[in-house]
Amino acid sequence: MKKKRTVFYLLILALVLLLYLVFAQLIDAKVINRYYSGIITMVCINIILAVSLNLATGFLGQLVLGHAGFMSVGAYAAALFTIHSGLPKMVSFPLALVLGGLVAAVFGVLIGVPALRLKGDYLAIITLGFGEIIRVVITNMDFTGGARGLRGIKHLTDFTWVYFVAVLTVAAVFAFIRSRHGRAVISIREDEIAAEASGINTTYYKLLAFIISAFFAGVAGALYAHHIGVLIPSKFDFNYSTEILVMVVLGGMGSITGSIIAAVVLTILPEFLRNFSDYRMVVYSVILICVMLFKPSGLLGQHEFSLVGIWDAVRGKGKRNRADGPAVGGQKGA
Amino acid sequence: MGFLSQVINGLGLGSIYALVALGYSMVYGIVQLINFAHGDIIMVGAYATYVLLVMVGAPLWAAVVGSILFCTLAGIFIERVAYHRLINMNAPRISLLITAIGVSIFLQNLSQLIFKSDGRSVPNMFNFGTVQAGSLQITSAAVINIVTSVVMMAGLQILVGKTKMGKAMRATSEDAEAAKLMGINTNSAIAFTFGVGSALAAVGAVLYCNTYPMITPYMGGLLGLKAFVAAVLGGIGNIPGAMLGGYVMGVAESLTKGYISSSFTDAVVFGILIVVLLVKPDGLLGKNVSEKV
Repeated sequence: MKKKRTVFYLLILALVLLLYLVFAQLIDAKVINRYYSGIITMVCINIILAVSLNLATGFLGQLVLGHAGFMSVGAYAAALFTIHSGLPKMVSFPLALVLGGLVAAVFGVLIGVPALRLKGDYLAIITLGFGEIIRVVITNMDFTGGARGLRGIKHLTDFTWVYFVAVLTVAAVFAFIRSRHGRAVISIREDEIAAEASGINTTYYKLLAFIISAFFAGVAGALYAHHIGVLIPSKFDFNYSTEILVMVVLGGMGSITGSIIAAVVLTILPEFLRNFSDYRMVVYSVILICVMLFKPSGLLGQHEFSLVGIWDAVRGKGKRNRADGPAVGGQKGA
Repeated sequence: MGFLSQVINGLGLGSIYALVALGYSMVYGIVQLINFAHGDIIMVGAYATYVLLVMVGAPLWAAVVGSILFCTLAGIFIERVAYHRLINMNAPRISLLITAIGVSIFLQNLSQLIFKSDGRSVPNMFNFGTVQAGSLQITSAAVINIVTSVVMMAGLQILVGKTKMGKAMRATSEDAEAAKLMGINTNSAIAFTFGVGSALAAVGAVLYCNTYPMITPYMGGLLGLKAFVAAVLGGIGNIPGAMLGGYVMGVAESLTKGYISSSFTDAVVFGILIVVLLVKPDGLLGKNVSEKV
């Protein structure tokens, strides 16, 4: 099995690179114009947001309604850094991405330590409350530009950056979930009391997953800031948090590939519906309600879309190999 | 304005939160759902009042009664179409929550489609200017709000505590399975809860129109959120708690506006919520339920 896994990982890596080269060429050759490349960038940013929220909501099982708050903190920290640092952009931009993530992670600790004492809906409300407070505070500060927004951010986010950061995020979350720590996190979702009784430090793992989730939201915020060039606090409101949550839930809580697919579809779909812009959100909400009514676990449930799984299914070995196949193995116990 | 008038006007605003919070609290008590669409029911009620009063030209009492009836039916309809299936199949609570968010987006955009996004102004209903009592200056709307909310809560207490349907509601919220075995029609109890909650939201909507005569398709969002915070603050699932939470929120908001800055009201409101949740997670009047293994 080990050998097969390596082969498939290499195959995925090759596919990722191929996809990058295709898109990069198309953008270079101006086949994809600025409008479409802007959408592609937003797709990648939303993938980062959805996958990172999935870690907290899908795998840890804690409903978080303030993800946009972490994103905004990261976005402002990174934007202020590139504006004021005066470093050359090849140095300042990567630093800004890391800084955005770290600042968001610090807020993750500040919010997580008290909030994670609470459970379920209360946690959801408290994260919602913190998200709103962050927004109000940013609106009323001077150095953030206040309600008029923070302007003059350089457009440093290009396709290469956003694509590879998204790939890295997915890989990191994936690796985390498949590790011993990831299993500990999933066990908390399944039954917190049983997990604690089995010797898992639930507080530590809850906080860890929460912080990682906040970190990547901050990175996504940093990318967003340098993509749009203007930060307006009202963008990061409760509605944006729910938009990200909807991606996670539609794709399937506990399915990383599901989040990716949902992020892609839900970012592109509104653009296609733009011609019917009056009916756009009505259609969007009806689709959402219907998916929930007829497939409450989301499109993929807790399953991952995996090459190994397809390979086995094609060779008719799906059932037998599923239990120890690398990409679907972790889901069985869930 | 003196401190006392600030408090009384805050109570007036808090009454609206309280009425809406009752709906959140009852629905949460019975199906453990944060009904995000509940805030938008206020918007539906406000527009129903507007349509009846301005477009149809109905008399005031008919507009109020009509809007309450319309919201009640809308609440039951939403429960039947959007939530019923999920509640009965014991779906994960988060799916139910997402459905509620979907309903909320749907209601907001549907009303934007019908009424356009610019606000409508509702004509004066029962507003008699300000009342001067000694050095106190109180708007009549505040007095009407407080009186109505207290009457409504007393009525609700009797409904839940003394009637047969109330008993069914309490039984369903305590243990739906056991209630079913005792021959209680839990489906109708749940639908009834949504209906009563929406009717209270409609009363809140009428009071809102009377106090702030401007309505927009998105008015339910923040109002609903604050009302929900009020419900949590008082201890969710608890009727007097929801009222208390609403009043606390209203007074806090009014005092922040008066003494600090109107742009910080939302931050203060959510700040209070966080402090209360951290100190007493079950809310001010909530009961602490320990988990059995």
